[in-house]
Amino acid sequence: MKPSPTISDRIAPAAVILSMMAALYMVFIAVPNDAFQGPVQRIFYVHLAMWLPTFAAFGIVGLTSTLFLWTRNRRWDHIATASAELGLLFCTLGLATGCIWAKPIWGTWWTWDPRLTLTLVLWMIYAAYLLLRNLATDPNQGSVMAAILGVSGVVNLYLVNRAVYWWRGIHPAVVVTKEGESGLTDPMMRLTLMVCLLAFFLLFVWLLRLRVRTAHLEDDVDELRSRVLAAGV
Amino acid sequence: MFALLWKDLVIELRTKETLASLFLLGTLLLLVLSFAFDPTHPMREQSAPGVLWVAIIFSGTSAINRSLLRERENDCLSGLLLAPIDRGTIFFAKTAVNLILLLTAELFLIPLFIFFFNLPFVSTVVRLAVVAPLATLGFAAIGTLFAAISLRTRAREIMLPLLMLPLATPLFLAAVEITRDLMSGANYAQVSHWFKLIVAFDVVFLVVGWLTFEYAVAE
Amino acid sequence: MRSAAPRPAESSVGSVAGGLPGAWIDESIAARTSLENAIILSNVSRTFGRVRALDAITLAIPRGAATALMGPNGAGKTTLLKLCATLLIPSAGELRVNGSNPVQDGAAVRSHTALLGHDSHLYGDLSAEENLLFTARLHGIPDAREKISDALGRIGLRAVARRSVRTFSRGMQQRCALARVLLQRPALLLLDEPATGLDVAARDILYEIVHELRRDGTTVLVTTHDVGECLAICDSAVILAEGRVAWHGPVSAGDRDVLERRLRSAAAKDS
Repeated sequence: MKPSPTISDRIAPAAVILSMMAALYMVFIAVPNDAFQGPVQRIFYVHLAMWLPTFAAFGIVGLTSTLFLWTRNRRWDHIATASAELGLLFCTLGLATGCIWAKPIWGTWWTWDPRLTLTLVLWMIYAAYLLLRNLATDPNQGSVMAAILGVSGVVNLYLVNRAVYWWRGIHPAVVVTKEGESGLTDPMMRLTLMVCLLAFFLLFVWLLRLRVRTAHLEDDVDELRSRVLAAGV
Repeated sequence: MFALLWKDLVIELRTKETLASLFLLGTLLLLVLSFAFDPTHPMREQSAPGVLWVAIIFSGTSAINRSLLRERENDCLSGLLLAPIDRGTIFFAKTAVNLILLLTAELFLIPLFIFFFNLPFVSTVVRLAVVAPLATLGFAAIGTLFAAISLRTRAREIMLPLLMLPLATPLFLAAVEITRDLMSGANYAQVSHWFKLIVAFDVVFLVVGWLTFEYAVAE
Repeated sequence: MRSAAPRPAESSVGSVAGGLPGAWIDESIAARTSLENAIILSNVSRTFGRVRALDAITLAIPRGAATALMGPNGAGKTTLLKLCATLLIPSAGELRVNGSNPVQDGAAVRSHTALLGHDSHLYGDLSAEENLLFTARLHGIPDAREKISDALGRIGLRAVARRSVRTFSRGMQQRCALARVLLQRPALLLLDEPATGLDVAARDILYEIVHELRRDGTTVLVTTHDVGECLAICDSAVILAEGRVAWHGPVSAGDRDVLERRLRSAAAKDS
């Protein structure tokens, strides 16, 4: 059914692998130790790189959910599901790497810092999103209902953000300067961060493509299965 | 829309099942949470607002679920959907019914809360008079939308809080913070940003519900 | 042996299934054909997950006709009714009900359509009278109280009008649902195995009401397994099998054996 791999099919994994190798090299070898935090700070490059895919993914969920409700084209639903899954994956990794970084630096695995709180709330929303799909009595309906949640999630994002910042009104400035300063003192550090951001974003784009394609193939298989059954073979 | 309101309120007046369970569950939660947060502590005004709102939210969640579950008997929901009205109207009517039920329950729960926590009656009631209806409106709207959704899933009772509570974070934070700040002597100007947040939330979910309810109920 | 009814939807063959709504058919054709046909389906499919309940059905039901939807269990009969009642949305294809598109303009379709199905849509905590009053208000029916009283009298429930529906037997609930149809006087009446649970007397009232509504020009679409019922109410029949139209044609009282043979062959093909 599908044509042979196109050029971009070959380039995408190659770009991901190359940029990942570069990122690993820079994080572990090329970049100097942080003056205050020591080697622990190196996880920060990977940690920060998780947030670009996470927020991109949740944005895509909102956009494609709206388009799906509007046009009823299954294509948008496939992209929304794939994005939600990947967003949740990167979000989980981001939370995990953040905790690992926070233990030696802040002396605790978890603080109710607004950014952490926001991320945890997002994680809950998109975990519920995926659960809703699985627990729907009818898959078509699951798609529609999940789309409503996807739209609500994005529309609500700003309000959640404001709420948690006001709730923990004192902390954010501290966090921003701490991360900002330590991350950007050395040009090599800045470059490392850029490479990491690029590498993980490419990884996200590649995985998204694969996941959407899998969803299309699953649809095709279902279609063929029902045709075969209908033909009475 | 008024036909829908009339129908739901007549049924509720006749059976009183939603209100009774709402009130009893709310009281029970107040009691259990009082065990967790010492209601005789001099600093109780810090924890009391949280106790009140958790009691309202959890009893309210099951009440909203109940009010939509009623439409499943004899597949009454399909009967509603066959009416020549916009499905957004059904959403508004159901939200209004849930709002009325929740506010009625709060009318009983809030005095009980004041009584348990030994708070000044008049000033506490005055402090809650604006925030409670506003927060309950948003809660009724988001609850109605997601109860309609969770009705069509396999794990109905669990799904509603799972879907709704994370999204309702801004609403609850605002309600608790306003209540706490006002109880510790802040004036309205100092909490106006929280009020704006609640109003924004109400508007957002009334609009989202109105636009998407059709998809939530139609197959 | 294919469809004997006019097939006005042919102009749309080749349209994009599942594309944007409204791009389907030349509006003038739609307007002209909707004068003759109460229901037009054009390549309509509906899937439930992996199950394809309706498979690219093209069908036209003439205005004022009474048509039976027959066929083995799971053939897609109820799905078709629910599509016409706007309770379901087609997965692909286009349909028109009394000239309106149920997906875009559901309220217009619902305002002149009534569905009598397995579920009574009655609130157990309200009385029969209150249930009907609720329906009347939803549908904006004037002089509701008189009409309700008439309808309840007609179907023999006047004595229990104020009893809560929860205390009714299945048959009484079904009668009460029938009273609602009488109240609505719809232009399109959809019946989903309407005689289930009714006693002989109530069934006779049902048939009588159907005939009466038809004299006023109501289009009737009824799903049934009972050939006798089909012949008692309908002048044409559609046999569905595996979500497709297996046969569509006129029926008359003498056709009993022919119709039964057709149903058997559709069922045989099904298994």
